Amino acid sequence: MTHLIAAGGGTNLDADYTVALFWILAVLAVGGGVTMVLVRQAVHSALMLAVVMLSLAAMYAMNNAPFLAFVQIIVYTGAVLMLFLFVMMMIGVSSADALVSTLRGQWFWAAIGGVAFAVLMIVGIGHAAIGSAPKPSADFGNDNLTGLATLIFTTYVFPFEITSALLITAALGAMVLAHRERTSPRLTQRDIARRRVSSGHVMPEPPPGVYALHDAVDMPARLPDGTTTDRSVSKAVTQRDLALGRDPQESVAADLEAEAKIEAETEFEREIEAGASGGDNTQ
Amino acid sequence: MSPASYIFLAVVLFAIGGIGVLVRRNAIVIFMCIELMLNACNLAFVAFARMHGNLDGQVVAFFVMVVAAAEVVVGLAILMAIYRARRSTSVDDANLLKY
Repeated sequence: MTHLIAAGGGTNLDADYTVALFWILAVLAVGGGVTMVLVRQAVHSALMLAVVMLSLAAMYAMNNAPFLAFVQIIVYTGAVLMLFLFVMMMIGVSSADALVSTLRGQWFWAAIGGVAFAVLMIVGIGHAAIGSAPKPSADFGNDNLTGLATLIFTTYVFPFEITSALLITAALGAMVLAHRERTSPRLTQRDIARRRVSSGHVMPEPPPGVYALHDAVDMPARLPDGTTTDRSVSKAVTQRDLALGRDPQESVAADLEAEAKIEAETEFEREIEAGASGGDNTQ
Repeated sequence: MSPASYIFLAVVLFAIGGIGVLVRRNAIVIFMCIELMLNACNLAFVAFARMHGNLDGQVVAFFVMVVAAAEVVVGLAILMAIYRARRSTSVDDANLLKY
């Protein structure tokens, strides 16, 4: 392992390989970050953030930080991002940005500010003389984990202890904030059955999509009297249709039209057939 | 690759995250942009650690990760409480202090 580290200079990879990998990962990370800011759906933003985090994990590995690379994948991409997705699923995926902008020129000034900040930092850092990395010590090779552990449990032992207090506080805070006091007594099975009978709909809710030409989940079910019922379609699906600008009722109307057309055609064919057979009979 | 290029990349990612925080209105996406900024800082710390040839930067990045995890937990819990109260995660809707 040591000779590999010595051969690679900064990392234990070949120098050209490192440069190529850096540019691939940099393009992935920046592209993922820009897409994350630009896409409308929050779930897509989360997936783009996963791309950024995974490429950063690879960069940690290239920078002789294998422990941080794995922590990045396990904690960030695994736990934190999944927490984001869980919360997104709990409070509704359809919660897109409000379309009304309250600040005028928000995008313009934010972009100006962000680009100005980036230019300022890059120019400042560019003026600072950043030399090439020194030859990696043993801390950066196989002993990375040992070196980190030594530092954490000697020099940084007090911040490490404080971290445990922080985590406990965070867990308690999350429990207190996410806890909801029950204001009404819990419904028993008896109450639910009674409510169902008194509501007049004893049967289970009709499933969506029982049309001949469409079986999508956003198609309302058809009741025995021929009308459609909204109770068969989930509210989330309706919201999604609204967000995407779809109208299932249009498809229903189109279906009915198509059905009428097919019926008219079959009627017409029947008439022709009847006429033909009638002609045969007369001959 | 010199550590400077990693630091430049970290600056660019940090700026992208900052722009995202400023322009997006969905609180969850704002949180994700903050995570992006924290990740950019971590990348800079790791690059500095390599530049100086010691592991202190990596330890700091490790602590940043811990604090970020705690921050996400509390932040998302607050978000859920706000969503429960006003059925929206848009930061424009939480404006009662204005009046």
